[in-house]
Amino acid sequence: MYRFILKRLGLLIPTLFGVITLVFFMLALSPGEPARVILGERANKEAVEKMNAELGLDKPMHIQYVIYLKKVVQLDFGKSIKTGQNVIDEIKARFPATIELAIFSMILASVLGIFVGVISATKRYSFWDYASMFGALFGVSMPVFWLGLVLIIIFSVNLNLLPTGGRMDIRYYFTPITNFYILDGIIHIFKTGDPKVLGSALTHLILPAVTLATIPLAIIARITRSSMLEVLKQDYIKTARATGMSERKVVFKYALRNALLPVITVIGLQFGMLLAGAILTETIFAWPGIGKWLYHAIESRDFPAVQGGIIVISTCFVIINLFVDLLYSVINPKIRTE
Amino acid sequence: MKRISLLLVLLLASLMVFSLTSCGKSGDKAGGVLVFGRSGDASGLDPARETDGESFYIADNVYDNLVSFINGTTDIEPGLAEKWDVAASGLEFTFYLRKGVKFHDGTDFNADAVVYSLARQFKKDHPAYKYGPWKYWSAMGMDDIIKDVVKVDDYKVKILLKKKEAPFLANLAMQFAAIVSPTAAEKEKENFKSTACGTGPFKFVQWIKDDSIILERNDNYWGRKAYIDRLILKVIPEPTARYLALKKGEVDIIDFPSPEDIENIKADSKLKIVEQPGLNVGYMAMNQSRKPFDNKLVRQAVNHAINKADIIKAVYGNLGVPAKNPLPPTMWSYNDAVQEYKYDPKLAKELLKKAGLENGFETTLWAMPVSRPYNPNAKKVAEIMQSQLKEVGIKANIVSYEWGTYLDKLDNLQHDMCLIGWTGDNGDPDNFLYVLLSIQSTIKPAQNYAFWKNEKFNSLITQAKETVDKDKRIKLYKEAQVIFHEEAPWVPLAHSVVVEPMKKTVMDFKLSPMSKREFRDVWIQK
Repeated sequence: MYRFILKRLGLLIPTLFGVITLVFFMLALSPGEPARVILGERANKEAVEKMNAELGLDKPMHIQYVIYLKKVVQLDFGKSIKTGQNVIDEIKARFPATIELAIFSMILASVLGIFVGVISATKRYSFWDYASMFGALFGVSMPVFWLGLVLIIIFSVNLNLLPTGGRMDIRYYFTPITNFYILDGIIHIFKTGDPKVLGSALTHLILPAVTLATIPLAIIARITRSSMLEVLKQDYIKTARATGMSERKVVFKYALRNALLPVITVIGLQFGMLLAGAILTETIFAWPGIGKWLYHAIESRDFPAVQGGIIVISTCFVIINLFVDLLYSVINPKIRTE
Repeated sequence: MKRISLLLVLLLASLMVFSLTSCGKSGDKAGGVLVFGRSGDASGLDPARETDGESFYIADNVYDNLVSFINGTTDIEPGLAEKWDVAASGLEFTFYLRKGVKFHDGTDFNADAVVYSLARQFKKDHPAYKYGPWKYWSAMGMDDIIKDVVKVDDYKVKILLKKKEAPFLANLAMQFAAIVSPTAAEKEKENFKSTACGTGPFKFVQWIKDDSIILERNDNYWGRKAYIDRLILKVIPEPTARYLALKKGEVDIIDFPSPEDIENIKADSKLKIVEQPGLNVGYMAMNQSRKPFDNKLVRQAVNHAINKADIIKAVYGNLGVPAKNPLPPTMWSYNDAVQEYKYDPKLAKELLKKAGLENGFETTLWAMPVSRPYNPNAKKVAEIMQSQLKEVGIKANIVSYEWGTYLDKLDNLQHDMCLIGWTGDNGDPDNFLYVLLSIQSTIKPAQNYAFWKNEKFNSLITQAKETVDKDKRIKLYKEAQVIFHEEAPWVPLAHSVVVEPMKKTVMDFKLSPMSKREFRDVWIQK
């Protein structure tokens, strides 16, 4: 088991090196001189040259690459061109928001998705099966942008149940500690006994989490269904049933556990993608996460920010995949011996 | 008699009470929290280190300058300097500073603060110079204007100029020339861009990145104090979501509504709209270093061939007004007497015939790849122009490049006709006419994209640049606009209209032509 983990960890290094190198050359070779894009209509030649020198872009590319590698190894992504702040601080200020939203959406999508998948597999060709698979198709094809706005119109504006966006009622003047607002809300209760902050953080999470969960939910439901159908056909399920075990026990203990492998793969991949930030959801719900920030960084050719952002996100992605692989061996002991 | 005097006393007393309560009524404006929903976050809070409007919204409320723009106009009034005088040479300005003003951190405002705020942006040996780049200082060419900033005594500062430059005073009213607390700036050093400490009507409280910035009223403000207790600038990037937040009442004012939502906003009984043409111009320049645009008749023909009303209707919607001058209508010295070139394809054809081009000609029309307030969709504008030009026999092929490349090629005058525009910085006509149309601006990298060299026009705007007397300057600029019209180096297209939807209870909000958002005068009706 340990050897397996070590081997997987060892693989991390070349993977990340590949990412780091790819990010550098993708940006270096992309059209549009950053100084020009940043300075816009106002740029004169001296200003462009001065800025290029400041960014180190006047040096030959291979030297730029070596300088960049040296810094990245020390976790120094430099300063954002646009804001002049350390890229790592910019990421720290935004990543918690993204992680919080991603975790909530993933919990929602996984629990509901697996539940729906199991129901439609066990009640195949029933009304529930058709309804949930139609729902899943609808979910996959739903434009997130449209869904978000519709949810705001219904639940915030018309029913006045939930806020339109943001992470917290701004009139609370609350100062975040960890930047994970749920956590901050709990800390706030311990400190002051006032549950308002936690309540506000939770109500602000609902609409963006639902919006973001739709697509993963639909995908998970469909994968669960097909995987369950596959497993339910197996001989050992028949045997289990033949022993007179309750159907619930057969489905959840024997069938589901075996059917979960592909589902977990999908959950891991989807979670990784959500961590890269959900640009559309973040934009509609004014969610100050990393996706929108990275998008703007790319748009404004903020090289250090793009590099830092992509490297941090890819690292998370790779680590989640590692975690998923390890989870396989927990669920299915066969993989360990292999 | 006694009784009468008693009555009189009673009457007087009741009058006094009455007047006191009515005094209290005007004080009723005070209080409340105002939430301003805007499209993006600030990049940083040190106004001298930023160039974007979203960052400047903070400076507009936290900082003061030596001189300031009268809210809602491009006119200058005294700010932290009570008055100033100019030496006969025109090269020496003396500013007399307001006494008893304190920064939000308690530091005294004086000549040292003025020298610190300005010197850090251009004196290479200044200890804070290294925290640059001081982008706007260089963008405004301040190094070519200012020789030195000198403290005469605690409340007197001299600014020495390298050349006569009347618009310099307007530059001093811009956000980058805000006076910052030297104590706070020294303490925070490089990090001074994450906080703000000025003398303005609001104090900085908190910044949560990409989410909100909170300001609160400065109760020790030297001028009339602000009414609202707190001002929250909340980022809501999506325009329709911003409108929905306003509709629900979570925010009180919003920036940049989506054009599709404006009709709904107008129909909503709880909301109102404040609007004003922006300090910008979108135009099409005709490059005179290329044939046939060296011929005035051709340029006039193109002006007659373009139907601006169609373009504005299709591309700008509610958010644009047609342009006839290079200056926007909110700018002082705008010449309203100039008659727009009428849309008249027949006349255009005649003019082309006169120019010896009765069969028309083939050329290129360059369209910007990005959206700007002065031209939200240049490619669409180009397509409409293309079909309009075809009517008079001009075949225009549309060309576009990635934005950086586009600007580079324009700077080197590689285009025939190009769509571009300009947003004013300092509310001075010089910032349009000299930057975009002077002979000096034809030197590559050029900003005079028409490559228009008119000696008379040039001498008028140069003279105006060197004259301090505003009335004289107005006259010169008005004359210059007449020459511009006659020579037609551009087709001026449109000025964008800035629209600010808000709750009906938000009172006295004024839009600024300089895209400032000032909240000192704003109060909330209860």
